[in-house]
Amino acid sequence: MPVTTGDIRDWIQRSGQVLHENNAYLTQLDSAIGDADHGINMDRGFQAVNKKLAGMEEADISTLLKTTGTTLVSTVGGASGPLYGTAFLRAGVATAGKQTLESADLITLFEAALEGVKARGKAQTGEKTMLDALAPAIEAAKQAQAAQASLAQIVQAMVAGAEVGTKATIEMTATKGRASYLGERSVGHQDPGATSCWLLLQALADSIKQA
Amino acid sequence: MAVGIVIVSHSARLAEGVAELAGQMSMGEVTIAVAGGTDDGSIGTSIDKVAAALQKASSPDGTLVLLDLGSAVMITEMALEMLDAQEKERVIISTAPLVEGAVLAAVEASAGSTLQEVAEAANNGHDMPKGHQA
Repeated sequence: MPVTTGDIRDWIQRSGQVLHENNAYLTQLDSAIGDADHGINMDRGFQAVNKKLAGMEEADISTLLKTTGTTLVSTVGGASGPLYGTAFLRAGVATAGKQTLESADLITLFEAALEGVKARGKAQTGEKTMLDALAPAIEAAKQAQAAQASLAQIVQAMVAGAEVGTKATIEMTATKGRASYLGERSVGHQDPGATSCWLLLQALADSIKQA
Repeated sequence: MAVGIVIVSHSARLAEGVAELAGQMSMGEVTIAVAGGTDDGSIGTSIDKVAAALQKASSPDGTLVLLDLGSAVMITEMALEMLDAQEKERVIISTAPLVEGAVLAAVEASAGSTLQEVAEAANNGHDMPKGHQA
């Protein structure tokens, strides 16, 4: 079963709920190594996104993703605004004209998002950022695809990859973002950006399961 | 017309304060526009505020943007991407420290210098001494 426009809409709505529920958790992670606003910022951003999407009943997949991106850029406030904003914008561009997404389309979507985040943040993996969840998630998806997994299994593999990647950030020293001001003292803490990325992928898996 | 200056900060009060300090040095000769805080007034940056400040400080001689921390760069870059190529060419994002850079840029801009000269003046803020090193 390919991913439909309804699944994408459900994913974004669900992401808003999940981020709202995890607002305090993400902010707590961010208070250890950053400026204690990641949960608040992401919650605010996705609330604005869902308010906007509610008035766009006819939007296709690309439009939903692009609108999410532009809204995050203008409402999040922290570094995750331009970063997640760029990710969703690039995802929107990568899915232009698609009515449904097959496994390969979904991987293309996330690869475009990954490249967008790298370019916007001038960042690489291993710097204790959301990239450390997203990049292993995509790797896991590709491996699952090569092993003839179904789309739902591929998304499950992404979630597992993101979880491993997020937990691996605990041992990393931050060299990007506000956490880099702490240098070595950032070690021992799980990165909030990687964590929110993992939560978003979990939300996608749940949306696809529901369908 | 002098080169315009834009101050981007996560804090509205910090942006206002830097503009106040720099404005005292340029004695009203230079447009210093601020983009501080989020749209709802909390700590953060707002692309709409940056775009509005760029508009306000826009000058045929160019605009220098000074900023405080990390993500202010990304949001400023995204705001610049919304401008047309010609306008974009007339804007430089400075890597100078915010306070020193803004004061030096304001002084240089008030003397009618070019954008390049104002940007270089701001860069002198990188190694501006503050008393004796401990």
